[in-house]
Amino acid sequence: MLADKDRIFTNLYGREDWRLPAAKKRGCWNGTGDLMALGSEWIIDQIKASGLRGRGGAGFPTGLKWSFMPKEVGKRPHYLVVNADESEPGTCKDRDMMRHDPHLLIEGCLIASFAMKAHTAYIYLRGEYVFERERLQAAIDEAYEAGLIGKNACGSGWDFDLFVHHGAGAYICGEETALLESLEGKKGQPRLKPPFPANAGLYGCPTTVNNVESIAVTPTILRRGADWFSSFGRPGNAGTKVYCISGHVNKPCNVEEAMSIPLKELIETHAGGVRGGWENLKAVIPGGSSVPCLPRDICDTVLMDFDALSEHKSGLGTAGVIVMDQSTDMVQAITRLAYFYKHESCGQCTPCREGTGWMWRVLTRMCEGKAEMSEIDMLLNVSQQIEGHTICALGDAAAWPVQGLIRHFRHEIEDKINRYRMNKNVHAVAAE
Amino acid sequence: MTDLRKVNIDGKEYEMPGRYTLMQACEEAGAEIPRFCYHERLSVAGNCRMCLVEWVGAPKPMASCAMSLNDLRPNRDGSPANIRTNSDTVRKAREGVMEFLLINHPLDCPICDQGGECDLQDQAIGYGRSETRYDEDKRAVEEKNMGPLVKTVMTRCIQCTRCVRFITEVAGVEELGLVNRGEHAEITTYLQANLTSELSGNVIDLCPVGALTSRPYAFSARPWELRKTETIDVMDALGSAIRVDARGSEVMRILPRLNDEINEEWISDKTRFVWDGLKRQRLDKPFVRVNGKLRPASWDEALATVAEKLQGDPDKIGAIAGDLADMESVKALKDLMENLGVRSIDCRQDGAHIGEQGRSGYIFNSGIAAIEEADAILLIGTNPRVEAPVLNARIRKAWLEGDAQIALLGAKSDLTYPHTYFGNAPSDLESLSTKKHPFITAMRKAKNPMIIVGMDALSRADGAQILRAVGKLAAEWKLVREDWNGFNVLHSAAGRVGALDLGFVPLKGGMNTGKILKAAQSGELDTLFLLGADELPMDQIKDTFVVYLGSHGDAGAHRADVILPGAAYTEKNASFANTEGRWQQTRAATAPKGDAKEDWKIIRALSDHAGRTLPYDTVQDLRKTMSTPKDEVFDPAKLGAAGKIKAAVFAPSSRSFWFTNPIARASEVMAQCASAQVTQLEAAE
Repeated sequence: MLADKDRIFTNLYGREDWRLPAAKKRGCWNGTGDLMALGSEWIIDQIKASGLRGRGGAGFPTGLKWSFMPKEVGKRPHYLVVNADESEPGTCKDRDMMRHDPHLLIEGCLIASFAMKAHTAYIYLRGEYVFERERLQAAIDEAYEAGLIGKNACGSGWDFDLFVHHGAGAYICGEETALLESLEGKKGQPRLKPPFPANAGLYGCPTTVNNVESIAVTPTILRRGADWFSSFGRPGNAGTKVYCISGHVNKPCNVEEAMSIPLKELIETHAGGVRGGWENLKAVIPGGSSVPCLPRDICDTVLMDFDALSEHKSGLGTAGVIVMDQSTDMVQAITRLAYFYKHESCGQCTPCREGTGWMWRVLTRMCEGKAEMSEIDMLLNVSQQIEGHTICALGDAAAWPVQGLIRHFRHEIEDKINRYRMNKNVHAVAAE
Repeated sequence: MTDLRKVNIDGKEYEMPGRYTLMQACEEAGAEIPRFCYHERLSVAGNCRMCLVEWVGAPKPMASCAMSLNDLRPNRDGSPANIRTNSDTVRKAREGVMEFLLINHPLDCPICDQGGECDLQDQAIGYGRSETRYDEDKRAVEEKNMGPLVKTVMTRCIQCTRCVRFITEVAGVEELGLVNRGEHAEITTYLQANLTSELSGNVIDLCPVGALTSRPYAFSARPWELRKTETIDVMDALGSAIRVDARGSEVMRILPRLNDEINEEWISDKTRFVWDGLKRQRLDKPFVRVNGKLRPASWDEALATVAEKLQGDPDKIGAIAGDLADMESVKALKDLMENLGVRSIDCRQDGAHIGEQGRSGYIFNSGIAAIEEADAILLIGTNPRVEAPVLNARIRKAWLEGDAQIALLGAKSDLTYPHTYFGNAPSDLESLSTKKHPFITAMRKAKNPMIIVGMDALSRADGAQILRAVGKLAAEWKLVREDWNGFNVLHSAAGRVGALDLGFVPLKGGMNTGKILKAAQSGELDTLFLLGADELPMDQIKDTFVVYLGSHGDAGAHRADVILPGAAYTEKNASFANTEGRWQQTRAATAPKGDAKEDWKIIRALSDHAGRTLPYDTVQDLRKTMSTPKDEVFDPAKLGAAGKIKAAVFAPSSRSFWFTNPIARASEVMAQCASAQVTQLEAAE
């Protein structure tokens, strides 16, 4: 179990005050100017050395991403955009960071912007996070007033402005290029890549988009050293991570833990165990709704990090752990997710626009068992036709849960079909 | 630039410019890439996902329309990147996309007007599965109103957004958009208003499926029944390349052809939809007025009547050529009139003060395509959006892609691109160059400066003085250089430049249009020959004997004492010079109506009757006598005439875009467009 002294988010539960004086007492804003004085290259090198991988889902090395920004500012200004459009079902970590520890994020914004030579940063906040916006804005105002950001931020000689932009509550706006479109005031539809944001992002200028957690952990990494951070987790999966455990557990919670902690330990230690005991577990979606679910036998041993989960054809994603016990109807659960992706598809590109609705309709029939056996393979095939063929990753995110369902719970679909046939006394009819 | 990149396409190595997209590169390598959303004249959307190709080693297939060779990295061993267009991955990807496109497509091809020329049909055969696996209910989308020209069946839409991009980027009006998300995404005009662009019909061609089709053409023919004739348009002075599709003796529709020099691949709505005007109000037999009433007559009778009148005092005879007069008939008429000793001939029925000082003074010298190179454009007394919508799109392109600065001195209007407005007082032209204004500075410094002067300016009574002022500006800003001539006249009549080229202007001592009309009013003119001239104040012509040669029963025919039925532009092989002075020929798509004949043949026959037989029997012989005026040293400062410009401002033209010539005025569709425009404007107020 992660020792309290090694926690970055020391006020994750809001037991203490979120305001500046209290945050300072917890170590926030401590020597920020001195860290900046060590130079942007040093900062990027430290982040690279810490092994921090993006906390938004894809797990791209953060330091490397920062180093993609042009070394010198040309005619176009640089921007940092913080992705706080936390909309992934099962994920609620950024929300607690922003309302209970907002100064960690603000300090991170300053340091990251300085490292990437950006004078302006935007925090794109999920539309539903109204209270968080108020809290965050209040914290930003405090920071401005204290001279921590604004002109000559922290006495570093660096001018820095931070803005909160409130989205309108579309899941797709969490995709980084759709987020930029939305931030520019356009309809939130992902852009084609290349060009990547580091080359042409917000208003066509070099931009880096990072998750709230990726940015909020950077000041502490710099203060405590890259070695400290990388001492947690397995190689390539370094650091601490905030997990969001929800579903059929006794005590759902957000908790900061070391990477590579066994899933079982995570659930049992922090979430009070599965409802009805570990034996009652049916499946876990380990990384937010987009990643394929895992059945209990895998959950017994799997470690919570990028590599271990992808070995099992799932992913760490946002580390939104959704626990489902034996009472769960897996087909219905995944159908509900399929509906979510159908609803949130932006409609720009063909496979996602047409395919998400198709999958949801087939699954809806399967919930009742009103389907042919051959349709299970067809459904799998349709999901593969979406996966990898779309502009952004929403297509993949819609396909994976369905693939996970068929991979591990095919028998549940088959049971439903058989039961329906028995009840209705319907014999298999050749497909029309 | 020698920015060549090596790439391996389907196993063969090529070297191509790095800016090439994968799609271009693959096509150059001979591989066919299916696509729906990609269009070379629109921005890249990459949303249909049909053009996916495999980059060996990449985790996913790539949209080939959106990636350039520069974006590729060589393989680890340094060999060029491998692109596959025929691998299993690609085949499966295309099949998948095709299936997705078809699941919610109604497959109502038998009742769809796009049938036979539908990209979705063609590509479904080439790349699709043989049967559907989709058993659910299909999506249905409500029809949208887009006005009298574009018919919508939105259930067929595949959301490629070509129409949205065209209307936004090329037409320059933000009236179409994709609303809602996911499978509820729909293309619509906002609040279902009509499209107001003069180029809106082009979305019909762009639509790869049958979602946007031609309303006037709806359900009237199948593409394979049509006889296709490549010809040119005469609705404005651009001479856009068109294809006329006819069935039997009827023109069924008009489509654009590619001509990068003139119209790229767009045409205006008037060009596209005027064809129903070719079927109405036609003059199909000769008429002679007897006792105040027109009655049908034989060709011999009609021609004899005219010939007799032409024997009179040549100084009391006048001839005016109209806006749609082709060069052959103009030349024949000029020859006949000269032969008779008639000196009062004119092709400028609007009284424009041009054509007196050499060819460069009345043509669009830089050429239409050169607009894209211009970096500063001053529009004077013109509204290109109405006078030549396709050319206006070119100016917009110069602004959009080339950052050209544009200014207007003339009646205020929405040109679809931002421009500096210098008011509408022509007298300001004289002091314009002394103005301290960034645009004037830009004009002086521009590499390719351009002035476009329109007929609103030149057809005023003080047109000659305006022309002089414009010419002086052109001289001062050095618009005419060895490698660049930015002095441009934008005509609105298709026949004007051709007639000027052939010298159809008053001969020494002859009267111009204004004087001819005055003489007709005071009774000093005995005979007036109108070659398709309809835009004249006919009520001013008192006792003059009027001969009208033309295709439509418009103002001229109503006033005429003898009507000689001619051929419309789709019915004759005739020459037209466009506003650039480019000589082009129309080709007959159908035969002239009834007893009507090609215009020059009528004049040739008339010359016989008048005992002054013209020396050519074939159109080839006639064309041999036609030549462009010789080049002369062009000094813009000497154009026009000295004098004071009147204080009257440029008034917005009272002529509607839809009614500029007899064919358009006979068209029901044009009338619908005009009334829809009025209704919408009233509703907006």
